[in-house]
Amino acid sequence: MSVPFGLRAGILSIVILGLFLVTWHLLVVAQQGDAAEGLDPAYAALLGKQATEGASALPKPLEVGAALWEHIRDPFYDAGPNDKGIGIQLAYSLFRVLTGFGLAALVAIPVGFLIGMSELASRAFNPFIQLLKPVSPLAWMPLALYTIKDSSLSAIFVIFICSIWPMLINTAFGVAGVRREWLNVARTLEVSRLRTAFAVILPAAAPTILTGMRISIGIAWLVIVAAEMLVGGTGIGYFVWNEWNNLSITGVISAIVFIGVVGMLLDLALARAARLVAYTE
Amino acid sequence: MAATSDPFDPDATLWTGCPCGKHASQAEHDAAHTSVIDGTDEDALLSRTVESAVLKGLFGSDANRRAFLRGVGGATALAAISQFIPLDKVKAAIADANGPLEKTKLNVGFVPITCATPIIMASPLGFYEKYGLDVDVIKTAGWAVSRDKSLAGEYDAAHMLTPMPLAITVGAGSTATPWTMPAVENINGQAITLAMKHRDKDDPSMWKGFTFGVPFEYSMHNFLLRYYVAEAGLDPDQDIQIRVVPPPEMVANLSAGNLDGYLSPDPFNQRAVYDGVGYIHLLTKEIWDGHPCCAFAASQAFIEENPNTFLALYKSILDATAYSNNPDNRKEIAAAISPRNYLNQPVTVVEQVLTGTFADGKGNVRQVPDRIGFDPFPYHSFAVWILTQMKRWGYIEGDIDYKAVAEQVYLATDAAAVMKEMGFTPPEVTYKSHTIMGKTFDPAEPEAYATSFAIGRA
Repeated sequence: MSVPFGLRAGILSIVILGLFLVTWHLLVVAQQGDAAEGLDPAYAALLGKQATEGASALPKPLEVGAALWEHIRDPFYDAGPNDKGIGIQLAYSLFRVLTGFGLAALVAIPVGFLIGMSELASRAFNPFIQLLKPVSPLAWMPLALYTIKDSSLSAIFVIFICSIWPMLINTAFGVAGVRREWLNVARTLEVSRLRTAFAVILPAAAPTILTGMRISIGIAWLVIVAAEMLVGGTGIGYFVWNEWNNLSITGVISAIVFIGVVGMLLDLALARAARLVAYTE
Repeated sequence: MAATSDPFDPDATLWTGCPCGKHASQAEHDAAHTSVIDGTDEDALLSRTVESAVLKGLFGSDANRRAFLRGVGGATALAAISQFIPLDKVKAAIADANGPLEKTKLNVGFVPITCATPIIMASPLGFYEKYGLDVDVIKTAGWAVSRDKSLAGEYDAAHMLTPMPLAITVGAGSTATPWTMPAVENINGQAITLAMKHRDKDDPSMWKGFTFGVPFEYSMHNFLLRYYVAEAGLDPDQDIQIRVVPPPEMVANLSAGNLDGYLSPDPFNQRAVYDGVGYIHLLTKEIWDGHPCCAFAASQAFIEENPNTFLALYKSILDATAYSNNPDNRKEIAAAISPRNYLNQPVTVVEQVLTGTFADGKGNVRQVPDRIGFDPFPYHSFAVWILTQMKRWGYIEGDIDYKAVAEQVYLATDAAAVMKEMGFTPPEVTYKSHTIMGKTFDPAEPEAYATSFAIGRA
């Protein structure tokens, strides 16, 4: 077998995609019912294709492809407060995710350091972390709306609260797991505690912290869609809701593709960053 | 001086000289009309001046004002307008109702259903602009969010359901927070839709075991559905299941079989017919012709802080409501509000709802021009009826002062005092009896009405 491994995997991916699209197409065609017969033309004119031609509500892959192309062709149009291009919607969502995620990192990493370095702090914080960690981020939404009194900030808060836990726990775990010998060497050399933190602990714990950040951004991207479906206005979640409001399955599937692509890129970016701080002992 | 004449007298002219043109001077005209107050009473004169200014601001011309006053009667109009605008507060806050707008950039929230037509169409058809406002109408996922965003001040005014301010005020389903309701948006315009598989069960007595969807607990939809099935001998809490389902999800749930039917706002009844998943069993107009449905709500604080802006906004809504009510304009409005920025629906669906020429899903084209109407007048008796139904189904318990709640929610704080000061009799005309499925509702006897039903919790 002379075909390189990467190429073989790629070919297999394309075959899987092809099979999926063909199955999808066939399923939609199979769902096509019979056209209604003997309808009064005046009555039929008031109905949609589903009622008159028995068309399936599910679009064929080519129709979704056409819709995707429509969105990509003009991603930044602005036709009023409730109708903006997919690019603008994604930018709103990304802005919220990155703001909430950034704020969470600012809080989680220092607090995680503290918890990891001090047994006392670790014990003291533990009950709160254990209690708050399993709460669904969306459960915070009504409280956020009520106290913050701004739906956009509330969405950012929900992102903040959902991305804080993985980062906090991973940072604490990474910091606590730094090898004793290294700390002892630093102490022998009379390095200050602050310098130890930055020169020894941070590099040593960085891969674990980055893993926490990668988990967090994945969760944040999952949550933003749901949060924006709730508060509406702007963002990719609102876009999904608006398409659903029109019962447009084509629009919903297009949105799923965009959400998937952006989520993949976010994960890829953090995976790259993780590679930068990786080390071998 | 026009300001001394009674602005609620349809024959009076606020803008120039003698109001009716029959008299050489204002004094002669005044002498000929007993309803005109004595110009020496300073308090009354001040009230008159302010009210004249308010009415001028509201209607823009004598022709409009006269048409409105003739249509509803002076006392009714005063009662109504006193609710929308706390006249004594306005008196304190503004010297001139045509004064500068406190702010011109407003956000108004709406839920994408045809009930919100006046609020929505005022944007594409330029009604807000006409009154100097730059309004963004913001689509909202549901009424709870609409309420939260209004309380947070993100929305200056919003689309709500008529029972909501009452429920919020009496603390049913939420902490008690007083909320005022400036105007009703639409009357009629809802329907009961059943799934196609129940094509042979076009009769409510056959609905035992059905699951129905309504858009919100405190909605006319819930109360009308309960009323309707109870009249057919079914207990809505025992014999059928009623679920709260957001309007956009009604059609999908109907086609998936999770719902057997729903009483929902349009366009989702017509959309079910359009997509061939359901048929229209009956229009709510056939349960109660002229029932209120959705409301235009603004916070008291917004009105007090921005009286001129509120007047302009209220003017544009009144204007847009009147325009929406004209059958000749309905096609134009349907085309204007169907795009993605507003309702996001096929034009033909919205057009069928607004014109009343629609496919019923049973193979007929029906002609019901008053399928939906737009009438801003919030009768107190509407509120009392809603409260009797909340009592009937156990949403509120114990004694309730129906009139007091109705007037607290629908009236500005001290409108009654202003009315007395004005020399008008208390507003009996904001109460009228309604006929729901042949049974007369007398707003003077709410408790008796609430307990008069064979099926109920009261």
